[in-house]
Amino acid sequence: MIGVIDYKAGNAPSVLNALRALKIRAELVSTPEALRPLTGIILPGVGSARATMDSLRELGLIPALAEKVLGEKTPFLGICIGMQILMEYSAEGDTPCLGWLKGRVERFDGAVRIPQMGWNEVTFRRRDPILAGLPEKEFFYFVNSYYVRPEAEEAVLATTHYGREFCSMLAWGSLYATQFHAEKSGVAGLQLLKNFAFLAGGEHDADEAPHCLF
Amino acid sequence: MMLTKRLIACFDMQNWMVTKARQFQNNIPIERAEMVADRVYREQIDEIIFYDINASAERRRIDLETVKKVAERVFVPFTVGGGIKSLEEMYQVLKAGAEKISIDSMAVRFPNLIREGAQAFGRQCIVLSMQVKRVEKSSRIPSGYEIMIDGARVATGLDAVEWARRGEELGAGEICVNSIDRDGTHTGYDLEITALISNKVNVPVIASGGAGHPSHVADVFQKTGASAAIISSMLYSPLMPRNYSVREIKEYLAARRIPVRPWVEE
Repeated sequence: MIGVIDYKAGNAPSVLNALRALKIRAELVSTPEALRPLTGIILPGVGSARATMDSLRELGLIPALAEKVLGEKTPFLGICIGMQILMEYSAEGDTPCLGWLKGRVERFDGAVRIPQMGWNEVTFRRRDPILAGLPEKEFFYFVNSYYVRPEAEEAVLATTHYGREFCSMLAWGSLYATQFHAEKSGVAGLQLLKNFAFLAGGEHDADEAPHCLF
Repeated sequence: MMLTKRLIACFDMQNWMVTKARQFQNNIPIERAEMVADRVYREQIDEIIFYDINASAERRRIDLETVKKVAERVFVPFTVGGGIKSLEEMYQVLKAGAEKISIDSMAVRFPNLIREGAQAFGRQCIVLSMQVKRVEKSSRIPSGYEIMIDGARVATGLDAVEWARRGEELGAGEICVNSIDRDGTHTGYDLEITALISNKVNVPVIASGGAGHPSHVADVFQKTGASAAIISSMLYSPLMPRNYSVREIKEYLAARRIPVRPWVEE
């Protein structure tokens, strides 16, 4: 079973709708106890890093999430703010974050409109099971004013341009994260969620097992 | 590649039915909202907006069941607007599965709604939609465009450019400029006000009102700083001599080197 973390500032229902359309068993989760049986965890996010951190703290989810993801290596997918808070620190509201990955979250600067809002091209740097069935470049939907700068270059699975090149997808063992909203990125986004569910041992039709196109 | 220009399908709803109007009048019911949304999603539209057009004038609440039905079958961003006047209503619409809230007349009445919404849900959730009407330039309305509310029925005395800047300051994440003069006329967007506003704000601007041909969409992207364009009549209005598919419009734009998310064969 895949759990979608439901907290006040999140858009968990959108992610759940996408999983249900894919016929993947999933549920909304908002307590540490409900995390325990999960085989995969999705942390969606909209809004601000601070609101998200506060919300997770209020629900008492942070230690249980760390245990599941860092301890048990349960496949994890962070989306948007759910990606950013994996870093140590976000410049948005000067917010200390989870620090599961070394690095920071910075604001776009220069001449670009903020927030970045719309479909932008994601270029994958290497093959990975979560990218099964996707071409080397694909369009996904972004809404962000900030972006992650992980210290470990090898954690960067994909990059995108918006005024500058930035990391649009992370992969570190069984930890994945996307700056774009896979749940709102049409067919390509659904494919990515389906691949994640497959990695997480979610219920999946064997005939439709994804295979790599690289 | 850069951030692509968005095509947004926009639907006016009245009692669960999508309708089509001309200059905000004489709405004709066309089809159930979730069916229209499903179809246009499959056509690979980039984004969808629903306005519950009488919710504001009738002072009633948004139809959350329809929002939920749309959210279950549409996997591109969608925005809901119509008479939303409290944080609680915003929360309900977002939890029903919409990505963004569009506020218009209520934002003029209660500007703090923009600020509070942005603080509670993030500015990316708050679309400030504005109904603009061309008027004589004056000291009060220096841009020559006035903000109207309540289905273009009530003049506010607010200058459109000034209101857009104020909206951005208050926390709007996006500004949708609806030309009342062009609405439903199929004669092209009002390029002047779209350019004026997109030059004065740093958030994305959505052009709205008047598209009848793919060349109108190309014009607004080439001649103004608009990040997105609303197409509605072009897609489905029975009042048009012909309709256009999302694919046709995207291919037209791509051929003119306007960056769009390419239409792909499925």
